[in-house]
Amino acid sequence: MIILENLNKHYKSVHALKDVNLHVNSGEIFACLGPNGAGKTTLIRIVTGLTRLSSGKAFLNGFNVEKSPLAAKKECGLVPQAINLDQELTVFENLDIHCRLYKMPAKKRRIKIDDLLDYMDILDRKKTLIKHLSGGMKRRVMIARALTHSPQILFLDEPTVGLDANIRRRIWAIIKRIQEDGTTIFLTTHYIEEAEFLAQRVAFLNEGEIVALDTPENFMAKMGVWAIDRLEESNMETTYFKTRQEAKSFIVEQEKSFTLRRVHLEDVFLALTGKKVK
Amino acid sequence: MIQGCLAIYYRELMIMKRRLPKMIATMSVSPLLYLIAFGYAMGHNVKVDGHTYLEFLLPGLVAMSSMTQAFSIASEINIARFYWHIFEEFQSAPISNISYVCGEILAGMTRAFMSIIIILILGYFFGVSLSCNILFWLAIILNSFIFASLAVGMAMLVKSHADQAMFSSFVITPMAFLGGTLFPVDRLPLWAQKILFLLPLTHASKAIRTASFGNTPDYSSYIILFLTGVLFIIISFMCVNRARD
Repeated sequence: MIILENLNKHYKSVHALKDVNLHVNSGEIFACLGPNGAGKTTLIRIVTGLTRLSSGKAFLNGFNVEKSPLAAKKECGLVPQAINLDQELTVFENLDIHCRLYKMPAKKRRIKIDDLLDYMDILDRKKTLIKHLSGGMKRRVMIARALTHSPQILFLDEPTVGLDANIRRRIWAIIKRIQEDGTTIFLTTHYIEEAEFLAQRVAFLNEGEIVALDTPENFMAKMGVWAIDRLEESNMETTYFKTRQEAKSFIVEQEKSFTLRRVHLEDVFLALTGKKVK
Repeated sequence: MIQGCLAIYYRELMIMKRRLPKMIATMSVSPLLYLIAFGYAMGHNVKVDGHTYLEFLLPGLVAMSSMTQAFSIASEINIARFYWHIFEEFQSAPISNISYVCGEILAGMTRAFMSIIIILILGYFFGVSLSCNILFWLAIILNSFIFASLAVGMAMLVKSHADQAMFSSFVITPMAFLGGTLFPVDRLPLWAQKILFLLPLTHASKAIRTASFGNTPDYSSYIILFLTGVLFIIISFMCVNRARD
């Protein structure tokens, strides 16, 4: 369980997080969506102990991240946005060092690493140097590494950034499987479809503030199910409809070209902030 | 704390193991050039305090190398921090900051010891054998401890790899030449001697050289080195704490 209470972060004159309040339930996948610079990474950095908070409180499974940082860190695993593997070491060595940092006994380390590499379908790459792996494989190694100490909460900061569509979907399947095994997952992304596919609840973060929080289904139901995009004097105008029939009736009245599509979370974010997520 | 420290140290050892041939080659070049150019060629007929210049130079190179190699861990930390972001992996792990500091210091000291073994082997081929007694090694331990501690602190303070290089150019390199490694400090004017007395390397060179000639060094040098080491490890710990922001 993740609890954030009135969390604030200041970087000199920049107010990066503004009174963030959040309650993530055990076992759920929670997505934090927002454009670059919204404060998503700062949020993750604070709860994983990488950055100090300015005010407020953050708890991981009941442990205060500022007062009991070591206990809180044991509860979570982190997959940061940037690849932070030792390029000159092998897959096994990278995971082994992580296990040592979490004080796991030698025998348990070997078994756990083999199990996880098998789970991620990269057991055959155990002795390969990281620098010889593809981007997708490095991501899978990072996820495996974050799971070696069996954390209750997994933080994924833009887990599929820079990966092609096929590999992205493969990572999604892994994330779903991890959640099915009982791990709470908190992920940040600016891929709308990633949040729609994975998350049970979504929070929109904009300029350090949570502007909305709900399930993807509720968000989209509030907007409507269908959308029509049309160009009006060099601006893209979008109209939302509850049913396809309503949308079709609207189309009949149109003289200009248009696009009929399903509503997605991008529409919700656009309606809330006037900005696009990407 | 110990397990966390050993985990950090283990990582550095794994990297050293992978780079061992390159490291040995790199660590051999400078001392070899010094021995050939200054010791063998220029200092052929020079006597210093009753010893050949090669005999005088070799302990100086040991002191210099224990400083530069221990300090070189700063570059490794910087690369891990700025380019590979591996520092975040340590920060997010349940280990204390002092464990991290101690692990990196041990790694710096290990590098220093590797370079000293290489210098002693090279010295043997140049016909110079030093008395490697306890006081000789103790001075090396303290000197490498000081500069590895300084390296960890500096690596946390600098904002880029270029800043690190600048610190080396303005502090480490001048100290390497002026800290009694290549010439006796007492040949300089008194005011210069007083300034150089403030440098830990001057005390380390003096202690290492005296011990390597089979004599008993001045114990005050060891006390100064020890206190400097304690000061630097405290500073480096504070710098790692500060690096969270």
